[in-house]
Amino acid sequence: MYAQLVDTGETRVRGAEEMSAEEQAFQSRLDAGVKIEPRDWMPDPYRRTLVRQISQHAHSEVVGMLPEGNWITRAPSLKRKAILLAKVQDEGGHGMYLYSAAETLGASRDQMLDDLVAGRAKYSSIFNYPTLTWADIGAIGWLVDGAAIINQIPLCRCSYGPYARAMVRICKEESFHQRQGYDIMLALARGTAAQKAMAQDALNRWWWPAVMMHGPSDEASVHSAQSMQWKIKIHSNDELRQKFIDQTVPQADFLGLTVPDPALKWNEARGHYDIGPIDWDEFYAVIKGNGPCNRDRLKTRAQAWADGAWVREAAAAHAARTAQAAQPDLPQPSATQEP
Amino acid sequence: MVEPSMLQEYLLRLGDNGLILAQRLAEWSGKAPALEEDMALANVALDLLGQARLWLAYAAEIEGPDASEDTLAYLRDAPAFRNLLLVEQANGNYAETMARQFYFDVWHKLLLSGLARSHDERIAGIAAKAVKEVAYHGERSAGWVIRLGAGTALSHQRMQAAIDDLWPYTGEMFTADALDQALIAAGIACDPAALHAPWLEKVGATLDAAGLTLPAAKWMQSGGKQGRHSERLGYILAEMQFLPRAYPGAAW
Repeated sequence: MYAQLVDTGETRVRGAEEMSAEEQAFQSRLDAGVKIEPRDWMPDPYRRTLVRQISQHAHSEVVGMLPEGNWITRAPSLKRKAILLAKVQDEGGHGMYLYSAAETLGASRDQMLDDLVAGRAKYSSIFNYPTLTWADIGAIGWLVDGAAIINQIPLCRCSYGPYARAMVRICKEESFHQRQGYDIMLALARGTAAQKAMAQDALNRWWWPAVMMHGPSDEASVHSAQSMQWKIKIHSNDELRQKFIDQTVPQADFLGLTVPDPALKWNEARGHYDIGPIDWDEFYAVIKGNGPCNRDRLKTRAQAWADGAWVREAAAAHAARTAQAAQPDLPQPSATQEP
Repeated sequence: MVEPSMLQEYLLRLGDNGLILAQRLAEWSGKAPALEEDMALANVALDLLGQARLWLAYAAEIEGPDASEDTLAYLRDAPAFRNLLLVEQANGNYAETMARQFYFDVWHKLLLSGLARSHDERIAGIAAKAVKEVAYHGERSAGWVIRLGAGTALSHQRMQAAIDDLWPYTGEMFTADALDQALIAAGIACDPAALHAPWLEKVGATLDAAGLTLPAAKWMQSGGKQGRHSERLGYILAEMQFLPRAYPGAAW
């Protein structure tokens, strides 16, 4: 999940008797499956939670450009280079749709980006792991995008219209991303012994972080119930995780790779795979900033944002001066300086 | 008489420019001044990489069945690369990246327009397709030269410095060596000397609109087309070629 641990400000769901008339009417619209649009009335906590969730999702796309961008210049063939370049570009595009969706709720993109580089905003824990070999690019597409799709397909039906519509576009591209990741893994698994070992090593390192992407288990997920009532979360974390595992294990088998979980077993009675215990200490450590790459990722984003400030200022000054020339009645913008 | 090896050499000149410039632009991934710029740089890089693959695939066919776009990109050392010195220059700040792009785009569009009339049908076809993409690149980079040139005092100073620093790498775009001459005579290549006047006109007009000064320096660096590069190319190749070099014979 690209938005994890989204704080709704509510740790329990309120009954109808605790709601104002407006809130009750809002909830009935949600219950009837009506999409909420930017001009509609909405409770402040719904608005705030959505801004948090959508901006976290947008930040995840933008920070997520870094681990994969790390390998564009080293992609092992020109075809792989072109595909990876296009994929990372798509992620930037996803960030743009999502920031726009958050802007319909009154947030500003610059403020959201400021929050990100200042460390006030979260993004998915998964992007704080390093991409050490080319196989990691395959593993990210296969596992990380695979886990993300499972989370995101239901969000195409979420209650907030602009978010739901952004997700429809994003999901189409994500499924291409997942296929390209699996295709990289397939080439490695069918390659030399060294390539196969590279693929197995990547699976060993990315499996558990990918399993954790769906967020804490249901009993530890205090905000889920409210988000589900608001229909900005459709399935529970554990349901999504199970779906990911059930889908992915046969894919690993097909590759001839071993999922790094000795307790992994098909449970005939449940009709699902059982897995071993998840190391939630690792998850919370990464969320709190202690993953292998948290500092690097934020520093890189902050540096890029700071290095680009003079460019953005120049573009704004030039645009203001051009507008001024076209409409001399406008007040002279004070930020512009004559060169 | 044009030997196949001469045609191949010419195709490497065309392909290596796009390949190396795309590699440079890809270094910006995730680090551009705005998300829109990240997207746009990736677009330009993808176009140039796509064009490079078409030129290199043609060059590989001439070389023989064991050659491919990838053997040419990944298994040649720096002296065998035929790109202009301009495209291997460092990204630097955004003004430097955009000035490099602008000088290249204006020339590239003129070159491809000429090559679209090549007697070699395959070259003409690739050029005709590429020139449409490159026309957009040129509009975009010229837009940035103007925006930064006429933006703030700081951006003006940085864009002027970039325009001045990269100027000595523009000369070799317009000089024809013996290979060029032979291919021009055969109607295959486009005469680079003929591109200079229109290039200078477009560059001059854009710099004027940006409030920037056309550099007066006369000395020009050269050698890229003949395989004598700057120190920078070795590092670009070390990074780009690492995997196929570390795992010889592997398929990816």
